[in-house]
Amino acid sequence: MPRLSYLKALNRAIGDEMERDPAVCVLGEDIGVAVTYATAGLLRRFGRDRVLDTPISEQAFTSFATGAAMAGMRPLIEFQIPALLFLAFEQIANQAHKFSLMTGGQTRVPVTYLLPGSGSRDSWAGQHSDHPYSLFAHVGVKTVVPATATDAYGLLVTAIRDDDPVVVFAPSGALGVREDVDLAGLAPVPLGSARIHRAGTDVTVVAVGHLVHDALAVADELAGTVSVEVFDPRSLHPFDWAGLAASLERTGRLVVVDDSNRSCGIGAEIVATAAEEMRLVAPPRRVTRPDGAVLPFARELDLACQPTRSQLRAAVEKSVGAG
Amino acid sequence: MTAAAEPSGLYRTVALIRGFEQRAVELVRDGVIRGGIHPCTGQEAVAAGTCAALRPDDVITSTHRGHGHVLAKGADPARMMAELAGRSTGLNQGRGGSMHAADFAAGVLGADAIVGAAVPIAAGAAWAMRQAGADRVALAYFGDGAVSQGVVLESFNLAALWRVPVVLVCENNGFATSMRPADTMAGTVVGRAAAFGIPAAVVDGMDPQAVLDATTGAVERARSGGGPTLLECVTYRFDAHHTWEHTARPRYRTDEEVAAGTARDPLEIQGARIPAATRATIDAETAELLDEAVRFALAGPHPDPATALDHLYATGLRPRAGAL
Repeated sequence: MPRLSYLKALNRAIGDEMERDPAVCVLGEDIGVAVTYATAGLLRRFGRDRVLDTPISEQAFTSFATGAAMAGMRPLIEFQIPALLFLAFEQIANQAHKFSLMTGGQTRVPVTYLLPGSGSRDSWAGQHSDHPYSLFAHVGVKTVVPATATDAYGLLVTAIRDDDPVVVFAPSGALGVREDVDLAGLAPVPLGSARIHRAGTDVTVVAVGHLVHDALAVADELAGTVSVEVFDPRSLHPFDWAGLAASLERTGRLVVVDDSNRSCGIGAEIVATAAEEMRLVAPPRRVTRPDGAVLPFARELDLACQPTRSQLRAAVEKSVGAG
Repeated sequence: MTAAAEPSGLYRTVALIRGFEQRAVELVRDGVIRGGIHPCTGQEAVAAGTCAALRPDDVITSTHRGHGHVLAKGADPARMMAELAGRSTGLNQGRGGSMHAADFAAGVLGADAIVGAAVPIAAGAAWAMRQAGADRVALAYFGDGAVSQGVVLESFNLAALWRVPVVLVCENNGFATSMRPADTMAGTVVGRAAAFGIPAAVVDGMDPQAVLDATTGAVERARSGGGPTLLECVTYRFDAHHTWEHTARPRYRTDEEVAAGTARDPLEIQGARIPAATRATIDAETAELLDEAVRFALAGPHPDPATALDHLYATGLRPRAGAL
C-alpha cells in the first residue's frame, strides 16, 4: 500500500473536492507556489479562477469568501500562520458563523478555514505558535483537529462539503505523520465522531491532534502496568460526548492532553462535562499549556510550555493511583 | 550631521547589516539559530538612510525582516545575535528571536511578525510623545505586502487626521513572500498616501544617501508639527523570503531576474563614495565587531526552562502550570 503523509492527504482532499464540485475554490497567500504544500499543483490543475493568490489582506479575503459562499461558492481559505485567525476572528466568529441564525435560515456559509501548521513549529516565537482551536469551539464554530493522514483527508473533505463554516487545524506536530493507506479507501469522516486508536480498560486518555501520537507512545510505555484507552475526538465542536461516555463506562478514569492554554481550553470543557454527566471513579486530570501562555522564542522555553509525554505519563499514573 | 549620516557612516551601517545577515544565515545553516530568519540582504540602504536621519530618542517599529532596522537604530550587534540564537544574553533574553527583536534603550519598540501590525503602534507612540511635549518622532517600516492590509490604511487615516509625528517607510522589495506588487496591489503605494492627504515620494531604496535625504525632510516635517510623510523606498530582496527557501526552493523568480535585481548593490553604491582606504578600514572593523558578536552569542547561556513564562505579566502575576 502507498505511504500517505498528512500534508499530502490535505493536498489530495482539496484536489479531489475541486474535481468533484466546481463550486469549490481556494484562496490564500502564496498558495500558487504552495509554501505550505497543502495547495501544491492546484493552480496548474484548476487555474486562476479557482485558485486565488490573495494580497496580504486577511480580513478582506475572509469575508470575501463569506460573500462568495452566500452566492453559491464553497471556498476554502488557507491561513499560513495560526495567529492570522486572531486577525480574521471577527470575520469568522462574528460574521460567517452568525449569518445562518441571524437570517432566520435564509443563507448558509460553507467556508473551510485550513491551518496547515498550527501550534508551535520550531522556534517561531510568540506570534506564530498559537493553537487557538478552543477559541473556535467556544464561540461555536465547527472545529476539527485531525491526528492522522487518513483522518486529515476524511475530515477535510467533510469540512468542505459541510454547509457551515468549519475550521480545520492541522497541527505542525502531525504534518510529518505518514501511514500506509489504500488510496481508494479514503473516505469522508463525519464530524462529531471520535476514534479510539487503542482500546484499554484502566484510563481513557483524550488526546487532541498531534498529541494522539504522544498518547499512543505513553500507552505503549505503560503497557503491562496500566491499560490506556486512547480516545481521539477528531472534531472538538461538535464533540462525540456519547463516545466519551461509553469509554468512561469501561475505564472510569479520565486524563485529557490538550495543546491549549489551560484556562478555558477544550480540556476544561471535556473534564467538566465528564464530571457532570459521566462515570468517574477518580478525579479527572488535564495536561495542557500553562494558563495564558505566550510561547517564548528560545527552544527550551518553547518546549517548556507544551504538554509533554512525561507529564501525561505522570497524570495517568496519578489517576490510577487515586482510583 | 551625525557620524552615521556622513558618507562613511552610511557605508559602515550598510556593511554592518550585510555582514550580520551573512553570519546569521550561516548560523541558521549550522542549527544555532532555530526557526530560520528573513534576511534583509540588499535592503540595507533603507535601514541605514532612514535611521541616519533620526535622533537617538526617536523610535522605530519594524517587521519580520527587521534585523537591519534594529542594527541601524543602534542596537548592539552582539546582543542582537545572541537573541537570534535564543540566549539569555540576547536583547529580549531569548524570548523574542529574529521576528521580535526589541531594544527600547535604542528606540526600537520591536519588530512584529504580523504584516502591517506595527504601523498603528508607531503612530500611537508618536502621538504619545507629542502629548508629552517632546519633539520626538516615530518611524514605521512596512513592506509592499502590507499596503493592502486594512490596519495600515486605517493608520494612514489616523496619522493624517491627528497630524501625528510619524514617518511611514514602505520598503518595496518587489515581493510579498512569492507575490509581486503587480499581482497584489491595485493603484500605487504613494497613491494610497495621497488619498489621505499625506505627502509621499518614491525614493531610490538602493541608495543610502537618497534615502537619508528624503527621510531628513520627512522627519523635519513630523518634528515641526507637519504630520506624517510616506516614503516608498524601492529596493530589492537579494536573498530568500525566509531561509526555509534555501532548501525548499519555491520558484517565483528566475536566476536571471535575481541577477538583474542585485546588479545595483547598496554596499557598492555607498562604497564608491568613500576613499578606498576608509572603506578597507571600516570593512576590517566591521568584520572584527561581527566575529565578536558571534562569539558573544555562542558563549551566552541558554535560558532556564523554569523561567519560560517570566515577564508574561508586567505585574508579575504567575500563571498556573500546564500539568497538575
